[in-house]
Amino acid sequence: MNKTLPLLPESASNLAADVDLLMILLTVFSIFFTIVIFVAVAVLAVKYHRKSEDEVPPHIHGSLPLEIAWSIGPFLLVLAMLPLSAKIMMNTYTPQPYAMEIFVTGKQWMWKLQHPEGPREINELHVPIGKPLKFTMISEDVLHSFYVPAFRVKKDVLPGRYTNFWVTPTKVGTYHLFCAEYCGTQHSGMIGKVHVMEQSDYEKWLSGGDESMTARGEALFNQYGCVTCHLADGKGRGPALVGVYNSMVKMQTGAIVKADESYLRESIINPRAKIVEKYSSIMPTFQGQISEEGLLQIIAYIKSLEQEGEAQQ
Amino acid sequence: MSTTHAGSHADNYVSYLGNGTTWQSWLLTKDHKRIAILYLISISVFFLLGGIFAAAVRLELLTPQSDLMEAETYNKMFTMHGVVMIFFFLIPSIPATLGNFLIPIMCGAKDLAFPKINLLSWYLYIIGGVLGLYAAVNGGVETGWTFYTPYSSTYSNSAVIATAMGAFVAGFSSILTGLNFIVTIHKMRAPGLTWGRLPLFVWAHYATSLIQLLGTPVIAITLVLMMLERAFRIGFFDPALGGDPVLFQHLFWFYSHPAVYIMILPGMGVVSEIITAFSRKSVFGYKFIAGSSLGIAVIGFFVWGHHMFTSGQSVYASMVFALITQAVAVPSAIKVFNWTATMYKGSVSWDTPMLYALGFIGLFTIGGVTGVTVAMLGVDLHLHDTYFIVAHFHYVMVGGMVLAYLGGLHFWWPKMTGRMYHEIWARVSAVLVFLGFNFTFFPQFILGYMGMPRRYAAYPEEWQVLHIMSTVGASVLGFGFILPGIYLTASLLRGKAAQAPMNPYGAKGLEWTIPSPPPTENFLAMPTVNEEVYAYAETEEKALV
Repeated sequence: MNKTLPLLPESASNLAADVDLLMILLTVFSIFFTIVIFVAVAVLAVKYHRKSEDEVPPHIHGSLPLEIAWSIGPFLLVLAMLPLSAKIMMNTYTPQPYAMEIFVTGKQWMWKLQHPEGPREINELHVPIGKPLKFTMISEDVLHSFYVPAFRVKKDVLPGRYTNFWVTPTKVGTYHLFCAEYCGTQHSGMIGKVHVMEQSDYEKWLSGGDESMTARGEALFNQYGCVTCHLADGKGRGPALVGVYNSMVKMQTGAIVKADESYLRESIINPRAKIVEKYSSIMPTFQGQISEEGLLQIIAYIKSLEQEGEAQQ
Repeated sequence: MSTTHAGSHADNYVSYLGNGTTWQSWLLTKDHKRIAILYLISISVFFLLGGIFAAAVRLELLTPQSDLMEAETYNKMFTMHGVVMIFFFLIPSIPATLGNFLIPIMCGAKDLAFPKINLLSWYLYIIGGVLGLYAAVNGGVETGWTFYTPYSSTYSNSAVIATAMGAFVAGFSSILTGLNFIVTIHKMRAPGLTWGRLPLFVWAHYATSLIQLLGTPVIAITLVLMMLERAFRIGFFDPALGGDPVLFQHLFWFYSHPAVYIMILPGMGVVSEIITAFSRKSVFGYKFIAGSSLGIAVIGFFVWGHHMFTSGQSVYASMVFALITQAVAVPSAIKVFNWTATMYKGSVSWDTPMLYALGFIGLFTIGGVTGVTVAMLGVDLHLHDTYFIVAHFHYVMVGGMVLAYLGGLHFWWPKMTGRMYHEIWARVSAVLVFLGFNFTFFPQFILGYMGMPRRYAAYPEEWQVLHIMSTVGASVLGFGFILPGIYLTASLLRGKAAQAPMNPYGAKGLEWTIPSPPPTENFLAMPTVNEEVYAYAETEEKALV
C-alpha cells in the first residue's frame, strides 16, 4: 500500500497546464464562496443566537441592490472562466499538422491500439514525446470511454461510429489508461498503460515490432478481394482508391461527399448508402464480416495509398 | 395568521391518527396525512435498503482489489444503490411525505384536490418498488442507474426490464402527485391566501410539480423504447439494429437532469421554512426565493447536454449547454445568500431542524460551486465520469436533499405524530451526519481529480488511503442516519410523556394553528388569512437598503 497521499495527477500533455490552471481558478472561486457562506452562517448563528424566549426581531423585507449584486457578481466571475474552458475543449477537436494517427478499438473488456506504422498493441500504447496524436476510435460492442488522466482528456468510444480527438504528449513516462464509461462486468479491468517515450527510444521500440497496421490492411484488402474491383489505374468495376482519402467525391445523386474515415467505413459495411458517379451498385456488404479493427486497418491502408499518390505528383 | 386556536390543548377532537385503527382505515384511506405516513414508512424502508447497498460498495472499496465480492456483484450493488435511492427514495422523499402532509394544510384546505388519485399514486409507488425488489432478488441489475444503451438493451444479462418497469410505474406516481399539488395550490387556497402569501415550501413544491408533470413522461417513453429494444430487438439505440446510443442519452438526461431539481427543490422549500422559523424572522427576499424556484424549474430543462460533453455530441452544442448550465447556478446562489441573510438581526435558535438547515446551506454551497466546476467544458473532459462527479452529486443529493429531508422531518415530526423527540440525541445525530458526510465525500473530490473513474470494483493502489478515509466517514454517516430511526420511534412509544404542543417552536404558518396531531379535517373551521407570510415582527419595517 502506498503511504503517500497524492493530490495532483501527472501532467503529461499539451492540455494539462490549461486544465490545471482553470482548475486552480475554479478551486479558488469555490473556496472563496464556500468560506464566505460558512463564515457568514457561523457568525450570524452565533451573534444572533436567541438570548430570551420573548425576543422580537425586526422585520426586514430584503434588498434589491443586494439581490442584484449576489446574482450578477458570481455569474460574471464564472462567465470570465468559460472562454478558457471552451478553448481547452476546442484544442481536442482541432486537427494538428503532422499528427500521428492512433486507431483505437474498444471491446468488452480490452483496448486494441495501433498506429499505421506500428505493431498492434493490447492495453498498451507506445507514443513518442512531442508529436501530436490523432485518435480515431470505435467500439465493437457497448459504449466505452478512452481516458488518460495524465493527458487530462477522455472521449467516449461508440459502436457504429468514429469519434476523434487530438492531444500531444509532453512528458516521458508511463500513465494510466482507463475505460471511463461503464461497460459491464470487467469495466474496472478495462485498463492499460500509455508509454510516452523519447523519439530515439520510440524508434527502437518500433523496429522491434511486428507487421505494421498498413501492411495488415493491405493483406485484408487482398484477402477480401477488394483489389479485384478497386484497381489502382481506375479501370476496375469499382472506383480507384489512390488519393481518395479526404478528397471530394461526386455521387450519382449529384451530391459531393468528403471521403473521410466515416465515409470509407460506411462504403465498406453499407456500400449502397452512397454510390459514386459513373459506377453501379454492385459491391456486396461486408457488415459483420470484417471486425472493427480490420476496418480500421483497411482504412489505414487506403489512406497510405493517398500518401503515395501525393508523392508521385 | 391567527396565533391562537380553540383546539390548542383540547382533547375533544379526533386526530387523524385516532380516526380508525384497522388495516383498511390505513390502506384504503383518502386522508392526505395518512397517505403521507404510508409514504414515510415505505420510503424509510427503501432508504435503509439503498443504504445497505451503499455499505457494500464502500466495504469493497477498502482494498484496491475486487476481493470482498465479485466485480459483477459490485456492479449490482452500485446500480441498485442508485436505482433505489433515486427512484424510490429521493424523488418521492419530501414531496410524498412532508409535501403530502403539509401542502393542503398550508393552503388552508381539507385535503388535496384528488384524494383518491393521491392514494392511487402511493399504490403505483409500491407496485414500482415491488417490481424493483423483484428484480433485486431475481438476479439483480448491473447497468448503472442510467441504463445506458446498448449495454442495457443488448448486452446485460441482468433483470433490466423488471427494474426499468419499476422505475416506469413509480414515474406515474410522481406525475400524479405533481398534478394533485398543482391543482390544489391553484384552486384550494383559503380566503386571503394570495400567491404572495404562500409559504416558500408551497412555492418550491409548485415548481417541483411542474417538472414532474412535464419531465417524467419523457423518461417513461425512453424506458419503454429501451425495453422494446431489449425484448423485441426493435432498433432505437443499438447501432447493430440501426439505432443511435447517443439519442438514448439525450432522452434520458432530458428528464434526468430536471429530475435533479425534482429532488432538490422540495429540500430548498423545507430549508426556507426552517431558517425563517428558527430565526423568528420574515425570510429575506421572499419574492426572489419564490421566483428562483420557478427559474430553476424552467432553466433546468435546457441544460441536459452537460452530461454529454465527452459523448461525441457537437462541440458547439456543448458550449451552449455549458453557458446555460452556468446560468442555472444563479437562482441557486440567490437562495443560499437569502437564507444566510435571513438570520441577520434574527433570534436564532440552534434546535435540531436548524442544525440540519445550516448544514444544508454549507454542503449545498459546496455541491453548487463544484457543479460550476464540472460544467466547465475543458475541466469536464478530465472530471467527467470520475469520483469528482460522484462527490459533487452526493454533496447536492445527500448533503443537500437528505439533510433537508431530515431537517423537515424533525421540524414537522411533532405536528405529524403529536410527539416530541429527544432533543439532545437529535443534535448529536445532526452533527454526526454532517461530519460523517464530509469525511465520506470530500476525499472523493481529490480521487476524482487524480483520475479515479467511477463504477470501478478495483482501482490502482496509490488511491487506497483516500478510499479508506471515505469508508470510515461512511461508517460515521451510517450511524448518524440510524440514530433518528431509534429516537424518533422511541418518541412514539413514550406516549403522553412526549406530548407535543400545538406550536412547539413558536413558528408562523397555518399548520401551527391546528392541534398536533391535526384532526382528520385539518381545520375545525375554515381558516382566513389576513396577514402577510412569516409575520414574526409586530410592526412592519422598511426594507434594509
